[in-house]
Formats: sequence, structure tokens, C-alpha cells
Amino acid sequence: MIEGILIGLNTALSLQNIIIVMIGCFAGTIIGMLPGLGPMTAIALMIPITYGFDPASGLILMAGVYYGAVFGGSTSSILLNAPGVPGTVATAFDGYPMAQQGKAGKALAIAAYSSFAGGTISAIFLLIAAPSLSKISLSFRSPDYFALMMLGLTAVSAFSSKGQFLKAMMMVVLGLMLASIGQDSLSDISRFTFGNMNLSDGISFVLIVMATFAMSEALTIIFRGKDPNRAAKQISLTELGSIKVNKEETIKMAKTIPRSSILGFLIGVLPGAGATIASFLAYGMERNYVSDEEKEKFGKGSVHGLSAPETANNAACSGSFVPLLTLGIPGSGTTAVMLGALLGFGIQPGPRLYQTNPEIFWSVIMSMYIGMVVLLILNLPLIPYIARILAVPRNFLIPLILFFSITGIYLMSFNNFDIYLMIGIAVVATFLRLYEFPMPPLILAFVLGKLIEENLRRSLLISDGSFSFLWDRPLTLIILLITIGIVGWQIYRSLIRK
Amino acid sequence: MKNIKKLFSVLFSAILLFSATTTSSVAIDKLHFVIGGGAGGGWDGTARGTGEALTKAGMLKSASFENMSGGGGGKALAYMINNKPANTVLVQSTPLVLRSITRHEGYVTGGGSGVLSYKDVVPIAGVIGDYGAIAVAKDSPYKNFKDIVDAYKKDPKSVKMAGGSVRGSMDHLIGALAFQTAGANPNDVIYVPYDAGGKALAGLLSGETQMISTGLGELMGARDQVRIIGITAPERVSDAPDAPTLKEQGYDVQFVNWRGFFGPPGMSNSMKNEIAKMLGDVQKTSEWEAVRARNAWVNIYNPGDDFVKFLEKQTGEMTDLMKKLGVI
Repeated sequence: MIEGILIGLNTALSLQNIIIVMIGCFAGTIIGMLPGLGPMTAIALMIPITYGFDPASGLILMAGVYYGAVFGGSTSSILLNAPGVPGTVATAFDGYPMAQQGKAGKALAIAAYSSFAGGTISAIFLLIAAPSLSKISLSFRSPDYFALMMLGLTAVSAFSSKGQFLKAMMMVVLGLMLASIGQDSLSDISRFTFGNMNLSDGISFVLIVMATFAMSEALTIIFRGKDPNRAAKQISLTELGSIKVNKEETIKMAKTIPRSSILGFLIGVLPGAGATIASFLAYGMERNYVSDEEKEKFGKGSVHGLSAPETANNAACSGSFVPLLTLGIPGSGTTAVMLGALLGFGIQPGPRLYQTNPEIFWSVIMSMYIGMVVLLILNLPLIPYIARILAVPRNFLIPLILFFSITGIYLMSFNNFDIYLMIGIAVVATFLRLYEFPMPPLILAFVLGKLIEENLRRSLLISDGSFSFLWDRPLTLIILLITIGIVGWQIYRSLIRK
Repeated sequence: MKNIKKLFSVLFSAILLFSATTTSSVAIDKLHFVIGGGAGGGWDGTARGTGEALTKAGMLKSASFENMSGGGGGKALAYMINNKPANTVLVQSTPLVLRSITRHEGYVTGGGSGVLSYKDVVPIAGVIGDYGAIAVAKDSPYKNFKDIVDAYKKDPKSVKMAGGSVRGSMDHLIGALAFQTAGANPNDVIYVPYDAGGKALAGLLSGETQMISTGLGELMGARDQVRIIGITAPERVSDAPDAPTLKEQGYDVQFVNWRGFFGPPGMSNSMKNEIAKMLGDVQKTSEWEAVRARNAWVNIYNPGDDFVKFLEKQTGEMTDLMKKLGVI
């Protein structure tokens, strides 16, 4: 292994590859910040550039773009409540409130440190255990994914405090309903499309996020603009606050980062999950770990709540390289594009990759460390400048947000219908927001709803219609018991309090 | 300022002169490719790869591309039918045939078959293809397709088939076709759909299904994890020489997922033939070979009337099969 690391370092530390990592990270960060354009598009755009490269450099560039995009996505989540990439939606839950409290600089710094730590720690996992981890990738079956997604849904409780339980549940139902639009995932039946072809592929996750977060945020600000309290708040927003993270916050991060990076990495390793699911799960799980006092802060600018998803999504990115490199299985659209590029280079992923192309495997992992350092160096000094975006008068900022939302969604699908749909959903979401309905439960239910349905029905298909799959395998049973435990505990606690 | 103006006028006249001298050599000098899916997908790669080879080989002066997602490619198809754009081709593949069979109705304003079929556009040529493949995990007790069929005959529920798309999709049809040829009722084979080829592979390797039915290209990345026990090609393919055909095992199953190009309705015959010839000629160039090798494509050049005949035949076969499967 030492030999491998040295080979990797040798390749990754060549001047050419360091420059490539830097370019990749930088391009990724920029693309990630723009709402709509995700890592998949970014990598697809990069592929023609990589043709002239040797395979290791090509993969390093794509990996750099990948985690650069996830890194950059958090910036727009925190500053504008407009998640740049799906993996950073959960970052907005606590990052945006923190920025609203005049701590934008701090929030960005916490996100940067968490991303860095998550990426670095998970790269170590990848380094020491990638071959054996490939077994974990294959240990999850449909029933286990079903149980895992149910567990993820318990994160909703994080948004149902202060008597908002009913509203949160209503948003969950709305999210599940929206998720059922489009072609049924198992048969070829169209559901709730009203004969409109544009709906037959379903509503994209990015569209829902942009409509309910970025656009409706901007519209809500317009509606509330005359509120004098808000106006006062706005002035304080122009002060970005220090980017220094104090001791108390460091301790909080130090607790969150290890558990979130392990969780994020493991979820990333699973081909049926991915960075978005990892960040939601980490957010929900984190709330179960912290003290009651801290629980109340979730959704209102908690350090734990910001650090957990930010750590997990970066860890999951590294994790997704396990099935890609050791098995040749892409777990997401992004890694599928990368697999295509690998095969184009004539590289056969699989357990033999260590023997046939050791320099590829090791140099990609080594370049991850370098990439993480590059991203930290790139991001930390830039924070004061990036955060200045908040100092832009709202009169200019709001049209800009609307502009980027619309162009972002158009660039994703090149379909005008998506623009109308997004505006429609944003208008509804704005009214819901004005009546204090929380949006995160909707997003969570939308993402998980599809996966829950799909995995449940697939499990039933495989077990010939019997529900015994729920307890047939220990893994499924354990995850379900944890889920029931969490729900039961919450109910018990609320009864005690009364 | 004056100098800049001068520079521009010189540049401009140079460009004019250049274009005037070159346009006469080719009748079609630019082509617009409409792609019914997003960047990075199969259609996208086919159109951009073909455009790249055509321009680099000097057969086209410029190629432009337009992604138009929606309705699983239906949006782009409807655009071609309704707007009849000039100098434009649409990239499509086998799902176009399947679409015309299933109930996907309407969206077309200007008459036609009303179901968005290949008959509503002008088939120019099929250019590349991917054969279907059936595979099991490397450590599976099933060594060839006969083993699977035997196991199926003993207990139809014992062999479940994974695929990367919904019931009635191409992945499903490939496996169903093979079982039908082996004398089984294709509708009794339990098909387990996943939402992507990669996830179906993970399902197979996790042990929840016993085999996978998908495109050969989908399996290339995981060749070390799976054993391909039958492909739907007439003979073995050079990219995977150790993968036996179903035909050599006594099951005459042939299926190719073609990708090809279509013109808008009303495209003139001369235009159609010209583009078809160009698509054929380009396959002989080294520029095409570079693109082809990079993507592991299989050349299946199939122009004009032969292409239409092929589409008719495939429609007939698939209609029969899909009726048996109860998806139509």
C-alpha cells in the first residue's frame, strides 16, 4: 500500500496534475455556485477536454470538478437560500438562517471547514479500505434501501418544533404527492400528468428546490419588504460578521464531523443512495445526537445542523468512488458519466484496477487530498468577497436571484415548460411560506418518497408479494428498529413534557 | 479606432472570401442536431460524436446541437413533426419504435399517426447499435443461458431478472425475447425494474436478483463482476470476445438497440440521401474510428429503405412480444 501511495503521490504531485486539480476545483466551484448546473453537467462538459489527457489526469480533473461543485454549491445555499447542487440543499436549512443573523462569514467558514474535514477523512477511508468497502456497496438490497429511506424520513421531526408539527406533516404529504407525478418507476404508466408530455418524466428535484427555496425566498422578501423590522435586519446583514470560528463552535464541529463523515461516506458507498440522501440523513441523525437545548436551534442557525450535511455530502462524494472504481458500478448520474469516460480511456474498473492501473487508483485518491487543500485555500480567503453579495441592495439582488433561477433551470432541460412550472410552484410556495409552512419537509419527502415507493414495490416484487422482507434480513430489521426507536422516543418525550 | 475598423473589414472580407470558395464543394455544409435528452446521455453522445466526426473529417463545415428534454424524447420528436425545421436531424433509438407501439398518445398538432411514431418523421439511417446481453454474477451457479432456462422451467420464480428501466422497456424486452425463444412464456419471467443500469447491476451483485437483462454497453464497466451468458448479436463482438451469443447456444435471438438519425416530415429525397450517404462515408474515416473506439460503439450502418424495413420488422416483433407481456 505504501508503494501505491508513493506511486499516487508521484502522479498526483506532478506540476501538470496539480494545475489540473486546481482548474477542476475552480471550475467546479463556479459551476456549483450557479443554481441548476450540477456536477453531472459540469463533468459532461469537461469530458471533451479530457480526451487529450492521460487517463489519470482526466479522472483527476473530473474528480476535482465533482467535489468542487459540491463545495461551491454550499455558498449559494448559505447566502441566497438557493442551493447550487442537490447535495447542498440541507446546508441551506441552517446555513441560510445563520447568514440572516449576520453571521454569513462564519457560516461559510464552518461549511468550508466541514467540507474539508469530510472530504479528507473519507479519502482516508477510501485509501485504507476501498477493496473491502466494495462489499458494503453490495450488501444493501431493496428492502434495506426502503428501511434506510424510512429512517431518513424521520429527519422531518427536525422541522416540526414549536407547534408546527401539523404544518410540517402537511408539507410532507405535499412532497410525497409531487414525487408521484410522472411515469411510474416500475411500470410504464403515467400518473398525474394530465396528458401533458412535459410532466411524463416527473418534476426534477432541482426544479422543486429552486422553486421552493431560491425563487420563493426572493418573492417572500418582496412581500415582506415593507415590514420595518425586516428593514432594520437588512442593514445588519450588510455586516458579514467575522469568519473566525470561536472555541465553542469548534468544539461543536469537532463532535459533528467524525460521525457525519462516517455516515456520509457509508451512504455514498451505496449505489442506491448518494450525496443528497447522505446530507439529509446526516442532518436528521445529528439532531438525534445533540442536547435538547441544541435541538431547538435546528433550522434556526445551528452549527451542528450546518456542519453535519456539509461534512456528509463531501464524504459521500468520495464514497461514491468505491463502487465506481472497485466494481464498475455507477451509483449516480455523475458517476455514470465518469464511468463512461473511464471506459473511453480504455480503463476497466474492478478489483483488478489495482494491478492493471495502480497509478490511476492511487493518484485519484491522492489528488483528493490535494483537491481538498486547494478548495480550502481557494474558499477561505475568498469568503469576505463572496459574502459581500449580501451587501448588494435587495432591489438588485432579488432580480438577480430570479434571473439565475430561470436561466439555471432552462440550461438544465432546455424546456420552456420547466420555467412556467417553476414559477407556478414558486408562487404557491411563497403563499405557503407567508403562512409559515416549512419548506424542508417538502423537499425531504419529495426526494425520499420516490425512493421509498420504488424500493418498497421492488421488494414486494422480489418477495412475491409477501411483506416478510421487512424482517427476513437482519440488516433491514435493524434499520427499521432504529427508525421505530427514534419515532417512539420522540413520542415518549413529547408525552413526558406534557 | 480607424485601424480597428480597417482590421474588421479586412477580416470580414477574408471570411467572406473563404466561405465563398469552400461552400461550393459540399451541398450540405451545416447540420443541426436535435437531441431529445440532456447532456451526457446516450443520444447526446451519439449526436455530438457524429457531428464531431463529420466536421473533423471535413464532410460538414459546422454542426450545431440542441438539447430538448421532456417526455422521454417525445418533446423533441413533436418539435420535429410540428415545426419541420430545415437542415435539422433528430437522433433517436429503439425506444422510438417502442413508443409508437405503446399508448403514448398525441402531442402532435399536425395530424400524422397521432402517437409520435417513426412514421411521422423521415428515417435517414441507423448508424450505431448496442446488442442486448444477459448476464449473471461471477459466482453464480448458472454457467450459460440453458442453465437459467432449466432453472426457470423447474421454478419460474427462482430466477428473477433485473433491468435498468421500467416494465415494457428495452431491457425487459431483451430478456423476454430470449425466454420466449427458449419456449417459455415471457410473461411468467419475473422482471425487476431499477431506475438505472448501474442500480440494476448493484441489485444483481447484491444477490436479490439472479440475472440481468440489459444492453451490452451497460455491462462493459463491470465485466470483472459479471459473467455474460448470452448476447443478442448474430456473432461475437470484438469488444467482448468472451461473451457467447445466444444464437451459438441454440437460441436464435437477435436484437439490436440501434441509434440513428431522422429528418423532419417533408424532407426531400435528395436531402435525405445526401445525409445518409454522408453518415455512411464518415464511418470509413479515421476521425469516426476515434470517436467510435472512445465510446465502444458498434457500427451498423443501415440507410434509407433498408432502415425503414428494419423498423417495420422490429415494430412487428416488439408488438407481438409486448402483447404477450401485457404491457400494451
